[in-house]
Amino acid sequence: MGKTLLQKVWDLHKVRTLPTGSTQLFIGLHLIHEVTTPQAFDALRQRGWRVARPDRTFATVDHIVPTRERQRPFLDVMAEDMIASLERNCRDFGIPLYDIGDDRQGIVHVIGPELGLTQPGMTIACGDSHTSTHGAFGAVAFGIGTSQVRDVLASQCIAIEPLKVRRIRVVGRLPRGVYAKDVILTIIQRLGIGGGNGYAYEYAGDAIERMSMDERMTVCNMSIEGGARVGYVNPDETTFTYLEGRPFAPQGDAFAHARTWWQSMASDADAVYDDEVEIRAAELTPVVTWGVNPGQSIGIDGKVPLAAGTDQQSVADALSYMGLRAGQPIAGMKVDVAFIGSCTNGRLSDLREAAGIVRGQRVANGVKALVVPGSVSVQKAAEREGLDVTFRDAGFEWRDAGCSMCLGMNPDKLEGNQVCAASSNRNFKGRQGSPTGRTLLMSPAMVAAAAITGEVTDVRELLEQVPAGVR
Amino acid sequence: MGAEHIQTVEGRALPLRGEDIDTDRIMPARFLKSITFEGLDAHVFEDDRLEAKRSGRLHPFDEPTHQGASILVANRNFGTGSSREHAPQGLRRWGIRAIVAESFAEIFFGNSLMIGLPCVTASPSDVEKLMSVVERDPMAVLKIDLKAGRCQAPGVTITVLIPEHVRDSLMTGAWDTTGLLRDNYEQVNAVGAKLPYLSGF
Repeated sequence: MGKTLLQKVWDLHKVRTLPTGSTQLFIGLHLIHEVTTPQAFDALRQRGWRVARPDRTFATVDHIVPTRERQRPFLDVMAEDMIASLERNCRDFGIPLYDIGDDRQGIVHVIGPELGLTQPGMTIACGDSHTSTHGAFGAVAFGIGTSQVRDVLASQCIAIEPLKVRRIRVVGRLPRGVYAKDVILTIIQRLGIGGGNGYAYEYAGDAIERMSMDERMTVCNMSIEGGARVGYVNPDETTFTYLEGRPFAPQGDAFAHARTWWQSMASDADAVYDDEVEIRAAELTPVVTWGVNPGQSIGIDGKVPLAAGTDQQSVADALSYMGLRAGQPIAGMKVDVAFIGSCTNGRLSDLREAAGIVRGQRVANGVKALVVPGSVSVQKAAEREGLDVTFRDAGFEWRDAGCSMCLGMNPDKLEGNQVCAASSNRNFKGRQGSPTGRTLLMSPAMVAAAAITGEVTDVRELLEQVPAGVR
Repeated sequence: MGAEHIQTVEGRALPLRGEDIDTDRIMPARFLKSITFEGLDAHVFEDDRLEAKRSGRLHPFDEPTHQGASILVANRNFGTGSSREHAPQGLRRWGIRAIVAESFAEIFFGNSLMIGLPCVTASPSDVEKLMSVVERDPMAVLKIDLKAGRCQAPGVTITVLIPEHVRDSLMTGAWDTTGLLRDNYEQVNAVGAKLPYLSGF
């Protein structure tokens, strides 16, 4: 009987079964950032411990960094305090830090892959739930809390329970105007936001196989929004091509050897899964969330649901918060802000797709629109292609790299009960920095369309004006 | 192990109705901007509490009768969302010592265990029974017995579930894992040494 990638990676990284029955799992790559680590470093200092593997620990700053006026000290003293704390911790414990001003700075889940740190067959942990992103490479990657960050720093290990594996096969061709974001939002809507509890999601099927690494990262990124702490795609030629030549990827002969090993880590053809689900790509449409969690979404042609059944109270609460009426079409809902960025959709291909929609157009009156590249590298690559000019000409603000308005821990926040078309990952109440702010999750192309028209718009209508293959 | 052995939790309860209560509700992101967990108790459910006040209601965490409660009773998928430990840290610092819910989000559950905050599950009808008891009599004292897998309240005893290894970790103090993970460093190094991506391809 064959094994899944999850089982292979697990077996290889298992140190022992702990007396309690949990697994002591070795962590191959530990990524850290400013928000979830200061207390962990304090715990090490208090106990007089060193970092076990500073060579396998990499730091950057992303959550709280301003996306303009980045000169130090930051205007926000608390933000300055947090960055200074990370700088001191990295210096004291010998951890490389890609700080403000470094060309490698960016959202931790964007820079790991682009530096080639993220590789197939690894275990990867980070104090952030969107660590599942790295699963796009065939790594087993998951978010952890600060006490577990302390454990990984101190021992390079974590105590964790084995996961079941659900294979989600996406078969057939995605229609034009339907993106990786729509695929994962559909999966979450169908399986539920708690449906993945206890599972790793293995994304498979020809639609996933045709996806670029950027697209696979978008899908894996939001696994946690479906309750699955881990999501992954088996490594293949697309993965290897992406990795070749990256700074931390193996070079020369080592790359050839690595490639053979990476291939061997993919799930076997006769692997047995705990559950299987199939999604037909051809049936998918652009998706928009109407509620206050990522599972509360509908197709752009759809109508906001009626409060009924067991979820009656949740649906009624969500509609009331969002200011929507049951039965109302989601298309046409006015937006105040358009946000393109985040670890979900802040990569170069996302910016290209969005730029293709806005080129030659203008942001609607009264709409604040901003593009926040996921990393300095994405920002520079986009600028080399002139995407910054395209966005600026259309009336978008072009910012520096960080998490920004995905969670509003920096100065980029919604105000009052503004409605934001967002390419990010969470539409929880208050998520974007205003306790009454409202978020509509959608693909970057759909955010671009909403920015241009000032309302939720079917991007397929705008795409009719853009010849296929032209961005 | 120096960690506390947690076998029973006894105290008044705080019923918090609603499905899918997310980490951003429990602890809004702006309160993560600090290098310590101190003071987080003041900000638990801050936005919901302010919203309740504005509409002339009291959030359960502001109800005078629930002050001093130590057992939180919640519905389905409690703690969904982010990996911020600040959420269970805030609840624990507020005084919560155990949570009974229909189900929990995985990372929240793990983070709670890491700080010695037991999360036990019960059927929806049993959770409803507990909530009714407490809503009728906020002074009612609940007792969760991890070993017996029971939660007793005046007039009602329900079954509560907790994975065996979690129960054992809490009961033996092994929930504070760092020492355990550090005490076999040679074995850890041996695993690292056989990984091709560390030893060289």
